[in-house]
Amino acid sequence: MGDSQYSFSLTTFSPSGKLVQIEHALTAVGSGQTSLGIKASNGVVIATEKKLPSILVDEASVQKIQTLTPNIGVVYSGMGPDSRVLVRKSRKQAEQYYRLYKEQIPVTQLVRETATVMQEFTQSGGVRPFGVSLLVAGYDDKGPQLYQVDPSGSYFSWKASAMGKNVSNAKAFLEKRYTEDTELDDAVHTAILTLKEGFEGQISGKNIEIGMIGSDRIFRVLSPSEVEDYLQEVE
Amino acid sequence: MRRKALAFDHFLHLNVGKCSNFGSGVIFEYNGSALVAMVGKNCFAIASDRRLGVQLQTIATDFQKIYRIHHTLFIGLAGLATDTQTLYQRLVFRHKLYHLREERDMKPETFASLVSAVLYEKRFGPYFCQPVIAGLGDDDKPFICTMDSIGAKELAKDFVVAGTASESLYGACESMFKPDMEAEELFETISQALISSVDRDCLSGWGGHVYLVTPTEVTERILKGRMD
Repeated sequence: MGDSQYSFSLTTFSPSGKLVQIEHALTAVGSGQTSLGIKASNGVVIATEKKLPSILVDEASVQKIQTLTPNIGVVYSGMGPDSRVLVRKSRKQAEQYYRLYKEQIPVTQLVRETATVMQEFTQSGGVRPFGVSLLVAGYDDKGPQLYQVDPSGSYFSWKASAMGKNVSNAKAFLEKRYTEDTELDDAVHTAILTLKEGFEGQISGKNIEIGMIGSDRIFRVLSPSEVEDYLQEVE
Repeated sequence: MRRKALAFDHFLHLNVGKCSNFGSGVIFEYNGSALVAMVGKNCFAIASDRRLGVQLQTIATDFQKIYRIHHTLFIGLAGLATDTQTLYQRLVFRHKLYHLREERDMKPETFASLVSAVLYEKRFGPYFCQPVIAGLGDDDKPFICTMDSIGAKELAKDFVVAGTASESLYGACESMFKPDMEAEELFETISQALISSVDRDCLSGWGGHVYLVTPTEVTERILKGRMD
């Protein structure tokens, strides 16, 4: 196919109008561990599988869900180290906004700035796109919000979304179970059930991670024991 | 290291005799101004004089010193006129972009933080301006503040003053101010405070310009004072 001749350089369009490197980046995301997010009427929940390469890894030291500001959290699918760079940059941008305006950055603004960074890496020399898609969950004056940001730099607001390995099954499951006025706790249960759908092995508080933000506007990552409690409620 | 000759250096010799114990404050007295903002009950008023002078000569009697950022946010700028005009242009630029990006107007507290940051950027070559910011914040609560030329914010619950007539203004406001005044009474009070203060300052006066802002309307009035 003519496209492959144009896959060497990120900054060259292929004849079909694609930037092949971005397509490859999306493939990297698609083979990453499943993550998902659900926007409830009074909050947002994001969750991800936390499959570690070996049982010898100290799972308490690994945290995939990160806080960007006290009221915004993020989870990724794809290459972990790439997500760390984005988290760093986003945190800095959020703090710069606060320093200038003495006001917490609105979720949309932070998402836009993060997406701008990701887009810059698709139009610069000597760099490659980020191999992650991010799900950003936040609660500000406009209420609860959930955004997905792709390696191309495009971002979308979602009521519920999934990314990674099991994306089509997960999204189908979410489409069936999502309702507009769902409450935060119900959303957590739905998130767990969705993860369970494609989960290989026994799901437990140690191999999934859940982060949530409610009307108190504080983003928290649940501890393994809190996750266990929700898991038992689902059983 | 040779210091670059600044514009007003040429006029320093004119001022040295008059203001030898003022130090670098002379530049703030080049054009002359009087600004005051007061808080009332769910409303605020911001007022200025109308004189533009070049030291002792009056050049204009209709010079605008209070600018509108959005329908419930005003900034008055005292000090060197060229700096106040440039600073206003920069701030309006920033607010317009903010409005386009965030699809909302800036809250007064946020705007005050922005002004402070913009002024501090020029810490070692400052704008010779003293801003007075007044706006209605969340729930239409009036907000006023002032800051010095390098961005040190001063919030107040009652009134803030700036300009060459500031000392007289402090006295007049302190004695005339009452908390929770309704719009009409607030207008009377701020007008009296302004007129009586500028009458004691040779560099400000030639009338007054008062904006009275409530959640529903903005009233702009010109005051007639001693035209000298």
